[in-house]
Amino acid sequence: MGSLSNQEIINHIQEAFPNLLVSSQESYGMMTIEVQANQVKNLFQFLYSNPALQFQFLTDLCGIHFPDQSGKELGVVYHLHSLVNNYRIRIKAFVPKSNPQIESVCSIFKSANWQERETFDFYGIEFLGHPNLKRILNVDEMNYFPLRKEYPLEDQHRTDKNDSYFGR
Amino acid sequence: MSIQIADAPPGIQGQGFFATSLDKAVGLARANSLWPLPFATSCCGIEFMATMASNYDMARFGSERLSFSPRQADLLMVMGTIAKKMGPVVRQVYLQMAEPRWVIAVGACASSGGIFDTYSVLQGIDKVIPVDVYVPGCPPRPEQIIDGITKIQELVKNEPLRRRNSAEYQALMASYGIK
Repeated sequence: MGSLSNQEIINHIQEAFPNLLVSSQESYGMMTIEVQANQVKNLFQFLYSNPALQFQFLTDLCGIHFPDQSGKELGVVYHLHSLVNNYRIRIKAFVPKSNPQIESVCSIFKSANWQERETFDFYGIEFLGHPNLKRILNVDEMNYFPLRKEYPLEDQHRTDKNDSYFGR
Repeated sequence: MSIQIADAPPGIQGQGFFATSLDKAVGLARANSLWPLPFATSCCGIEFMATMASNYDMARFGSERLSFSPRQADLLMVMGTIAKKMGPVVRQVYLQMAEPRWVIAVGACASSGGIFDTYSVLQGIDKVIPVDVYVPGCPPRPEQIIDGITKIQELVKNEPLRRRNSAEYQALMASYGIK
C-alpha cells in the first residue's frame, strides 16, 4: 500500500462528515466502510477532490441483496482507487427494499453510468440523478429484477423439464 | 476419385426422354444445393466450422456455398446459446429468408436452452421460430451435424410443392405470429 493508512482515511471522513460512517472493517489489508446512503454523493465528491486522498478511479460498482437484513436489504458496493496514493477502498451503502433509492455518482465518475444501469437492471436500485436509468443487459420487457433473492434462477417458461424425470 | 451424382427420382424412362413429377425434380435440385446461413453464437459454431472444413467437408452434400445474407439462404442453422435478447435477431433473420426455408437447431442450447436454464436464455429457438430438425449434443460432433443436414435434405426432397400454401403450414406460421 502507498502512503495513506486506513486510520487516516477514517479520520478524514469523520472530520468532514461526522455522522456518516456506520462501521469499518479491514480484510486482507483492504478497508471496507459502510456509510449512510443519504450522503453518498457528497462523500464521493469529497474523496475525489480532497488533495490528500484523490480517489479518482471508480474500479467497480455493484449491487447486493441481503433478504434477512430488514430495513437495509439492498446495498451498493463501490470500489475506489486512488492512483496517486496507490490505495484502494471499498464503500458500502444500504437502502431499504421498500424504497431503494440512492444518489447517482455519475456526475463525479463518468464510468458509473453503465454500472449503475446494470445495478438497476439486476437489483432495481434507483439511482437518483442518473441521466439514463434503464435496463442495460436484460431484455426491456423483463418485469422483475433477476438477481434479487426472491426470484428463482430458472427460467419459468421451460417445458421440457418434467420434475418426474428428476425424482422430484 | 469418382464423381458422385445424385440418383434420379423414380420416373418413366424411354429413348430420349425421362418423365417424373415436378415436385420430385424440384426437390432433388433443392436438396442437393442448399445454401445454409450459419447463425453461430458459441461452441456449436466451432463444431460447425469443423463440419465445413476439409476433414468433414459439408460441401460433399451439396451445401457448397454458405450464404451470409438471409435473403439468399435456404437453410437457417442456429448453433449455440440464444440469449433472450438475441431472440428477436434470430426471428428477424428468419423473416428475411425467402420461402421455402428450413431451420436446423444444432446443439442442446439452440434446441432447449441446454444447461442454461436461467432468466436470460431463450429456452430453445422453437419459442420464436419453427424448427425442422434438432441435432442433440453439447456440442454435437461434426458427424451429427452432417446427419442433421441429411435429415433436412430428406425433408427437402420429399416436400410437396404445395406444402407452403397448405392450411397446416399457415396455421404453424400463425402460431409464431408470422403471416
